[in-house]
Amino acid sequence: MDWRGWAEIVFTIAVTVAVGWPLGIYMARVWAGERTPLDLLLKPVETGFYAALGVDRNKGQNWLGYAGAVLAFSAAGFVLLYALLRLQGLLPLNPQGFDGLSPHLAFNTAVSFVTNTNWQSYGGETTMSSLSQMLGLTVQNFVSAGAGLAIAAAVARAFAADRGEMLGNFWVDLTRSVLYVLLPVSIVTALALVAAGVPQSLLANVTAKTLEGADQIIALFPVASQEAIKQWGTNGGGLFNVNSAHPLENPTPLTNLIEVVSLNALAFGTVIAFGRVAGARKEARALLAAMVILVGLGAAAIYSSETLTPQPAMIAAGITDAPANMEGKEVRFGAAASSIWAAQTTGASNGSVNSMHASYMPLGGGAAMFLMQLGEILPGGVGSGLYGMVVMALLAVFVAGLMVGRTPEYLGKKVESREIKFAMLAVLILPLAILGFSAIAAVLPVALEGLLNKGPRGLTEILYAYSSAAGNNGSAFAGLTANAPWWNTTLGIAMLLGRFAYMIPVIALAGAIAAKPKLKPTAGTLPSDSPLFVGLLIGIILILGGLQFFPALALGPIVEHFQVLAAVR
Amino acid sequence: MIANLRPAIVSMALFSLLLGLAYPLGVTGLAQALFPAQAGGSLIRNASGEVVGSRWVGQNFKDQAYLRPRPSAAGKDGYDAAGSSGSNLGPLNEDLAARIKTDAEALRAESPAPIPVDAVTTSGSGLDPHVSPANAARQVARIATARKAQPAEVQAVIAANTEGSTFGLLGEPRVNVLAVNLALDARWPRAQR
Repeated sequence: MDWRGWAEIVFTIAVTVAVGWPLGIYMARVWAGERTPLDLLLKPVETGFYAALGVDRNKGQNWLGYAGAVLAFSAAGFVLLYALLRLQGLLPLNPQGFDGLSPHLAFNTAVSFVTNTNWQSYGGETTMSSLSQMLGLTVQNFVSAGAGLAIAAAVARAFAADRGEMLGNFWVDLTRSVLYVLLPVSIVTALALVAAGVPQSLLANVTAKTLEGADQIIALFPVASQEAIKQWGTNGGGLFNVNSAHPLENPTPLTNLIEVVSLNALAFGTVIAFGRVAGARKEARALLAAMVILVGLGAAAIYSSETLTPQPAMIAAGITDAPANMEGKEVRFGAAASSIWAAQTTGASNGSVNSMHASYMPLGGGAAMFLMQLGEILPGGVGSGLYGMVVMALLAVFVAGLMVGRTPEYLGKKVESREIKFAMLAVLILPLAILGFSAIAAVLPVALEGLLNKGPRGLTEILYAYSSAAGNNGSAFAGLTANAPWWNTTLGIAMLLGRFAYMIPVIALAGAIAAKPKLKPTAGTLPSDSPLFVGLLIGIILILGGLQFFPALALGPIVEHFQVLAAVR
Repeated sequence: MIANLRPAIVSMALFSLLLGLAYPLGVTGLAQALFPAQAGGSLIRNASGEVVGSRWVGQNFKDQAYLRPRPSAAGKDGYDAAGSSGSNLGPLNEDLAARIKTDAEALRAESPAPIPVDAVTTSGSGLDPHVSPANAARQVARIATARKAQPAEVQAVIAANTEGSTFGLLGEPRVNVLAVNLALDARWPRAQR
């Protein structure tokens, strides 16, 4: 490790927050239906959308109506994408002539993109036609993120309401989040990426004659346009098998900065927007602080692990000066840019990678996995990270309330048994899906066939896969060959649980919160904007995650770390 | 649910047109007009116009007279630009230890200088276009001998194709392998070697 590496990590987080903050202020206006500078261009499109959808933009939905709309929209997206992937071989814009996907791979991929996970059981350049990439995957990259933002808007309104019932209108929130936020930032980012070297081409591939006379087939795609929304929408599904480690997705340290910033900026911005809509700006900043501290700690842990852990394979080969673990990392990024990306992508339910986590040192890969297991709230997916963090804040005030014997409140809303039940229902889905499926897979021969590494590393491959799926992250310990019926199916189910079995209780929770009277803070209210509260919140997040996952982590990355130390002694 | 049927289906249709076709095609049009070289994959052509590679996509070089890239796990022989892949081997994997040992022995036969980490590790993509400056410097003597050139001249070609950290802050110093090899061939044309 060196000072430049630490400086790059701090700089990256700082730029991310600095870009996200004004975006959040802007997004609050979008959610509130206020005028924006883009109205001139987009207002007619928006109005046309509502007319075609048959939606009255002024008609609110209660929590059941809102949840029903989310589910209907996701179901329609799933059916369309599944059909597109199955029929790929018969459809145009397929210059490589790829066949349709197998049923289990199409199921897994369709679920993956509709749930904003973007787990890749496939290698993009060897499986997907240009049409599937654009009309299928890119579309879901936008709208699954838009659905997350819509729900965040509904949750924010619930806290602002005083004995209300309506949470807003899902179709309006979705349309405005996509048109006014995701589309413009993606266009700007895509063009910036092209300028910096990322291709954007409809050609399938180019054959180069190398200097030594060999043929090299270079796969090209409309990369930049999908890269942009893949990052902004915390989707993470890359054009290529190796995602943003591929030099055509991410050719320079500058494109790397653009991509890693756009990966987290909007999720941070969602917190700022929440604060404005819910009338709780200071409290939102406290949530933001907790996110920044934890993701920063995660990056520090990964960077330390990748630079300080002795490397048994190097020492065995007589290479004593090995300043960083470079297996699976690109020279242009090195350990620092790889570590901050790993922390931001696993903290954010994005799942894109610029280095192969499967080759990380045990504690580095373990830290990345733990960031996912903390619930994808640091800062989480766009929208989903915010509502996950609000659930944690509710649990934090509840625990504090138990300690001092007062009825807990958060943002002027009493937190009572109904709210805590919904919150726990949401929170419990992660350990259930991660540990439950991992336990079965760890003893099932058909599942174990997919593993590349043995021993604790093999267990980590399994745990990482289900953590990634249930957390809707999508990154992988890619040693696992997941394109097989068992893995595609169970990971698909874990993704569905992680998305919808979390989201529905949260929307119900928003309904319950909205219906409560908005109280003025009293002397007995625990301030939720203080450093003390930030500490309490961080404590709750770590204790909850630790209690749930520490035993499994001890059998995977932690024991492997001691094996590494024993191997070099 | 029935009330949601129409907006669900119609919105997916509209979003597909807007985001699945208009957005990528529009960006493609703009990108091809504004930045045609980058949009086309930063391809490098030789004097007769043939594509010899992309600035960003690593290639395999085995010849003594060329700067050699890192090991690669992409495809059977490495540097398969239509099948990117890392090795995904964990730090305790026996295959990893065996591979590093073999590669290190081959490199020691060539030069006694210390072996930089990137010379015996595969990149994440298997298509890393760069090597570290230390890795390049270690190959200078071999290239100079093969090309009957002065080591200092070869080192100068490498230095001209070396980039530092961007803004002194982002990423690591690196040497573009294909750029160096094109420059070497330009300075010492193949026929004269």
